[in-house]
Order: sequence, then structure tokens, then C-alpha cells
Amino acid sequence: MDHKMSRSPWVIHYDGSSCNGCDIEVLASLTPLFDAERFGVVNTGNPKHADIFLVTGSVNAQNLPVVRQIYNQMLEPKCVVACGICACSGGVFRDAYNVIGGVDRAIPVDVYAPGCAIRPETVIDAIVEACGILDQKEAVMRAGGDPLTVGGAATWDGGVELVEDGFVAAAKAGGAPAGAPAASAGMPAAPAAAKEAE
Amino acid sequence: MAHRSVIPFGPQHPVLPEPLHLDLVIEDDRVIEAIPQIGFVHRGLEKLTEKRDMHQFGYIAERICGICAVGHSCGYASACERMLGIEVPGRVQYIRTILHELSRIHSHLLWLGLLADAFGFEALFYRSWTLREQILKIFESTCGGRVILSINEIGGLKHDIEDSELAGIVQALDAMRPDYEALVHTFLDDNSCGERLHGVGVISKKDALELSMVGPFGRASGVDYDVRMFGDGAYADLAAFEPIVATDGDCYARCQVRCAEVTQAMDIIKELVGKIPHDGIGGRTKLTPADGARGEVVIEQPRGEAYYYVRGNGTKNLDRFRVRTPTSQNLAGLTHALQGVLIANVPMIILTIDPCISCTER
Repeated sequence: MDHKMSRSPWVIHYDGSSCNGCDIEVLASLTPLFDAERFGVVNTGNPKHADIFLVTGSVNAQNLPVVRQIYNQMLEPKCVVACGICACSGGVFRDAYNVIGGVDRAIPVDVYAPGCAIRPETVIDAIVEACGILDQKEAVMRAGGDPLTVGGAATWDGGVELVEDGFVAAAKAGGAPAGAPAASAGMPAAPAAAKEAE
Repeated sequence: MAHRSVIPFGPQHPVLPEPLHLDLVIEDDRVIEAIPQIGFVHRGLEKLTEKRDMHQFGYIAERICGICAVGHSCGYASACERMLGIEVPGRVQYIRTILHELSRIHSHLLWLGLLADAFGFEALFYRSWTLREQILKIFESTCGGRVILSINEIGGLKHDIEDSELAGIVQALDAMRPDYEALVHTFLDDNSCGERLHGVGVISKKDALELSMVGPFGRASGVDYDVRMFGDGAYADLAAFEPIVATDGDCYARCQVRCAEVTQAMDIIKELVGKIPHDGIGGRTKLTPADGARGEVVIEQPRGEAYYYVRGNGTKNLDRFRVRTPTSQNLAGLTHALQGVLIANVPMIILTIDPCISCTER
């Protein structure tokens, strides 16, 4: 039988430090008017059941470990969707003192879905795109490969590390913006470094 | 004595759309104490006044919270207008109030849906959110956005909402009523809902006053307080306004109050659309606040009283912006309501205060 993860992707949602606008739109995309459930998308509260991680809002020192913990509890193959501009880059709050940046400062992001607030259509679009990456990851895993060589994890720069007192480690605080280091794209060394960082 | 243990609740929990962490100290399956921990959504946006000028900050203020967005932008704009001594045209006040009341309807419908979801009535959750989409459709057709409307400017509105569009709003609300009444009937009269709501998380009027609870949470305990009754702005022209109060103080009463407030908001919109003046929509002011000029405004958000304070320092940037939101008032009531309840009722009680964490932490 032809197995495909994308036939019924289960999603888990976590609100980083968003203003709620994106959260309610993520939920709205699952309710009858937009009805993502017709594609088999089911909202779950358990990271171990989930295939796609929808994160809204930016990360700060308080919620960064939570985002990482949820991500680490999810089983491969898994995808991360950054929902809304705050999750992509920090949005209007990027200059606020307590905002570290987009979700890619904490975990590798596969799909960036912009918008303030994100529209339900964009959420569904992003989930469909994430489904494609899920299928790719699954194919790689079935062939005995490493799922971290597919999607956002392949080019991820490792994000930020928190030191013991909860602040961002100095060396990476002002680091390069997400997606900028084109040099690491497709290099197998990058995911290995990301693994070590975790 | 029974064995005590601590159960962590949140920040990631199916019942919570927003991150809030509670340490529940339990004895058997009774909660002895609930210790809230916040800070997951803190962005520090009040300090952004130093980097964004007065007008740019309107967009930040609107994004304090996506559910109460309209209220926050109205509150910020009117606080700035008071600071600058601007009198905005009546039409501006009317349109702001109409949009604010619409957002109250959408917020309460959203809450009703989440409540249904919390007690496991999935179909009712979907019904509520389907109705809510009609309000969002009104927002989208009049302002262009579903959540963030960005219609307010300091000194007026960015664009007018035509009389024909306003009539369309009233028509859409009238068309919603039968569906809404059927929904309320299920919430308030259905046995399976009542079983989960009656007598859960009771707060007496005395406690509610002592804990300074505001909004529907306080009104459900008999606190007769609603900022709208002071008749500020367009509310002054209403023929009558009575806060909706219930006396039981349990989850059912909170549901009752919010259900009635939706109908009340529909009536307010209908009355205001009938009386709306035609005196222009103002526009972005060119004034700069004097050093030390201050403005304060109190408005009734869907979740309760919200207070806005702005202070100028003679430049285009504000010296200070401060907002006190309803949920920060109500968190004390939440921990009080959680004492002694069954652990199965915890999600219910957390939801009935309608916590808005992103407002609280900003």
C-alpha cells in the first residue's frame, strides 16, 4: 500500500508571543467556513500525535525552551510552519526589548507564512506546502536517510542558545538574520551542527 | 491528610489558545492552590514608544491583542486625542463605537465557542465560530481586515463607513439573530451544557469586589459595573443603558452574562446606526503633544475595563504609554475561583474568565 503522511496531517498549535490575531485565524481555518478538516487536518494537543507544528508569534527567553521542547517531543517526519509575520521575523515587535526574533531562532522552520494577521487561506496554503515536505521527509526516511536533510532543517543556522541566567548567549544574539547564510544551503554539515546544538 | 502533589498546567495545553502556566497544588482530585506563572507573551511594547512616533504607535497599540484590537486602537487614539485636546467629530465616535460593539460580539462568540470546546461539545464550538465569521465578514467588507482593522487615526478615521454599509451591518446582524438565539438556547437550556456549568467556580459578590474583578466575570458575580454606563462618547446618546448583571457567580452566570451582552451590543449598534451624525471623519492630526501633557481614557473591552494613559514630552514620540487590561485584574479572581474545585473543572474555570494573556503581558 502506498503510505503518505500528507493524507491526514495532524497539527499542533502553540502561541509563542503573538497578539492572538494569528491564533484565532489558525483556529478559524479549522472551523466550518474554511474547513481545513476536509483535507484531514486535525488539531491535536499532544506533540507526539502531531505531524505539523503551527507556531504563531515571536519567541522570547521565556517561551523559547517551550517551543523547543514541543518540537523535540514531536516524532519525525515533522514540519514546522511559522504562522504570521511575527513568527517569521518578529514583525512589528522585532525592536521590542523582550523579542528575540522569529521562530527560526528556536527551531528550524520549513514553511514561512506571512500576514498580519495571517489569513485562514494562507494557513491552509502553508499546511498544504508543509504536507509536500512531510512526504519528502517520509520518502527520505523510508530510503534510510536523515529527515533533517530535507526542508528548513537542512539550511538552519542553529538559532540562539540561552545561557544559564535565561539570557541569549552574547555570541549569537546579534547573529545573521534567518535565511541569509546562503553558503550553508544544502550542505550536509549544517544539520549536523544543528543536532549538536540541541 | 491526603497526599499533596503539584500538576503543571500549560503553557501548551489543548484548552488554552494562549500560553498561561499554572502550578496546581492538588490533594486527591481537589485543587488546593493555583499558582499562576506568566511572561510567555511579554514583548515589552510599552517601551516601543521610544522608537515609534505617536502615529506609528497606533499600529503597535492595535496589536496588543488580536481579539480586542479595535478596542485597543480606539482607546489609544482617544487617550492621545485627550492629551492633545482634540475634539473628534460625532461620526468618528459613532463609527468607533459601532466597530467596538461589533468586536464585542465577535469576541463573545469566540469565547462561547471555546467554552463549548472546553466541555467537549465540538458541534457547538463549530456553530459559534460559524456565526462569528459573519461579523468578520462585516469587518472585511468595511475595513479590509478580518482581525486588525487599522481604521483609527489620532484625530479621526482613515476612511469613512458609508451609510449604506452601516445599513448593511444592521441587516446582517438582524439576519444573524434567529441563529444566535438558537445557539444561546443550547448553551443556557441544554442539559449537557448546564451540568458542566451550574455551581462551578462560584465567586461571591463580596469576593468579587475585594478582588476588584471587572467585566463579565465581575458582573456575573453581581458587581454592577460597566464603563459604558458612564456615557462616554457615543454611549451618551443611547436612550438607555443598563449593565447586564447576574447573581450566581458560577460558570453558568458568566455564560449567561456574555450571551445577553451580544444581544445588547446588537441593539446598541442598531440604535447608533439610526442616529449617526454626518459631520465628517476628521483625519490625522498635525499637533505635537506639549511636554508633560497627559491623556487618560477608560473603556469597556469585551473582557472588562481597560485603562489607557499617555504622556507627551514635546516631541513626536510619547514619553510613556501605559495600558491596564481587564485580564490582569481578573487573574486574582481566577486563582481564587480555582481553590477547592475538582481538577476536571479547571479548564472550565480558566476559560470562563476569558483570559487574554497577550493583553495582560503585552
